[in-house]
Amino acid sequence: MDTLISLLLQPLSYEFMQRGMLAAVLVGIVCAVVGTYVVLRGMAFFGDALAHTILPGIALGYLVSGGARDTLFWWALGTSVIAALGIGAISKNSQIKEDTAIGIIFAGMFALGIALISTVRSYAVDLSHFLFGDVLSVSAHSLWLILIFGGLVLLTVFLFYKEFTTLSFDPILAATLRLPVNLLNNLLLTLIAVTVAVSLQTVGVALMVAMLVTPAATAYLLTHRLSHMMLLAAIFASLSGIIGLYLSFYLSIASGAAIVLTATVFFMLAFGWKRIKQ
Amino acid sequence: MYSHTHHKPNQPILDVSNLNVRYNGHMALEDITFHLHEGERVAVVGPNGAGKSTLFKVVAGVLQPQSGEVNIYGSRPRGHVCIGYIPQRNQVDWTFPVSVADVVMMGRSAKLGPFNWPHKKDWEFVNHALETVELRNLASRQISQLSGGQQQRMFIARALAQEAELMLMDEPLTGLDTPSQEGILNLLDRLKQERVTVMVATHDLEQAASHFDRIMLLNHRIVAFGKPAEVLHTDNLLSAYGGRLKPIDGQNILNIDDCCDEGEDGHTH
Repeated sequence: MDTLISLLLQPLSYEFMQRGMLAAVLVGIVCAVVGTYVVLRGMAFFGDALAHTILPGIALGYLVSGGARDTLFWWALGTSVIAALGIGAISKNSQIKEDTAIGIIFAGMFALGIALISTVRSYAVDLSHFLFGDVLSVSAHSLWLILIFGGLVLLTVFLFYKEFTTLSFDPILAATLRLPVNLLNNLLLTLIAVTVAVSLQTVGVALMVAMLVTPAATAYLLTHRLSHMMLLAAIFASLSGIIGLYLSFYLSIASGAAIVLTATVFFMLAFGWKRIKQ
Repeated sequence: MYSHTHHKPNQPILDVSNLNVRYNGHMALEDITFHLHEGERVAVVGPNGAGKSTLFKVVAGVLQPQSGEVNIYGSRPRGHVCIGYIPQRNQVDWTFPVSVADVVMMGRSAKLGPFNWPHKKDWEFVNHALETVELRNLASRQISQLSGGQQQRMFIARALAQEAELMLMDEPLTGLDTPSQEGILNLLDRLKQERVTVMVATHDLEQAASHFDRIMLLNHRIVAFGKPAEVLHTDNLLSAYGGRLKPIDGQNILNIDDCCDEGEDGHTH
């Protein structure tokens, strides 16, 4: 018993682990709540594309600031919001099918990001941080940004819960009720964009979609109520963050990957349990 | 954030004039002109792809016409929240994690206004609506657990909670068994007592003739619109359905080869 407790407590004696845990849990909760709408509206591909699309923004910020990490959040946030609203507008007014249009933009922007970063000599290490996250290097400053912007996202979801839900379930009802459908759609895209920026350091660009989709999908299998789905998703995401970081600490595996793998195991357990129950 | 428009009295509840709608590059509706009075029940009949759903969406203010006007109590549909649009059941995501009561409460989203959560009064509206459609005991069920007829009644309850004065129902009877169809038709009788105006898209000419005040025969344009006996002539029906209409034994019985390809619901998970 004592050994178990010391196994659990020992990593927490490091300040970077405390900050990492806190960041992973906060990001997990925000991603899970927003991800509930992503899952229900079938926007997983959009979320994945959006995360990849912000890479050139981060790269530019990285080059401009000469490698400093603290300003990167703002570059990520700006690119993410512009990209989200841009993709939203293009996929609405395009002759090309929506997923094709998104695919073209996302791959092109991603390539631009890689090209920009590759001009720096230490590019392999930096690129891998952007791609896969580095939650153990989260600074106190970054933690505050995550707390503030994550809090804003959660507050907005709370304030517009009934509008977002009505719009997601039945867009025609939302239109006949004269809800401001376009405004709400763009607000939701913006929330996803802010969530992506907030999550950047935890899981990185390439694994972001897992944080948006996997805990929410796990919860979706286990409940029939939207509010419960959000709560359960937040719990799964938080647990994934904590367990993932312990795994990362003791097994020396990349933190972002460990978090996503834990979330995936939760999903598979829920999926299996549901199969057996039926 | 939410606009409401006050009704002008002594106007037809719905007044449509010279409506032209282009949809996916072809004319879906041409020169549609008609009006409805409060409390009327109208069946909209026509082959698949005749523009029934398009007409409903334009009246609901969800689609914009290329030309022509829709007036509801003398003002434009986009100002009105009193129109209840009841979708075809195959257009709905039945796995969405909401209960029957949640869906009915959605009808009150606009009346609630932004940032407000349901009050006691709103729950009373919802409960009353659920009682009217006899679903009170299923209020907490997830929506996929309802039968086809119950699902349809849930949407009628949602329109009631919305305090809809004009209900547009897109093929509510398609794919339902006879008792469920009877249940919906009885409900329409109750709505008439409450002065709710109803437009129903249907494939069943017999039900259209026996349960509705007027029938609109639609095939991109209005072929005929009037009392069932005036509308349901062989000539009109041939004109609306073309070759898909086969007279049986040369009698006045008609068989419409216009299968409702929606079928019985594939969403009982």
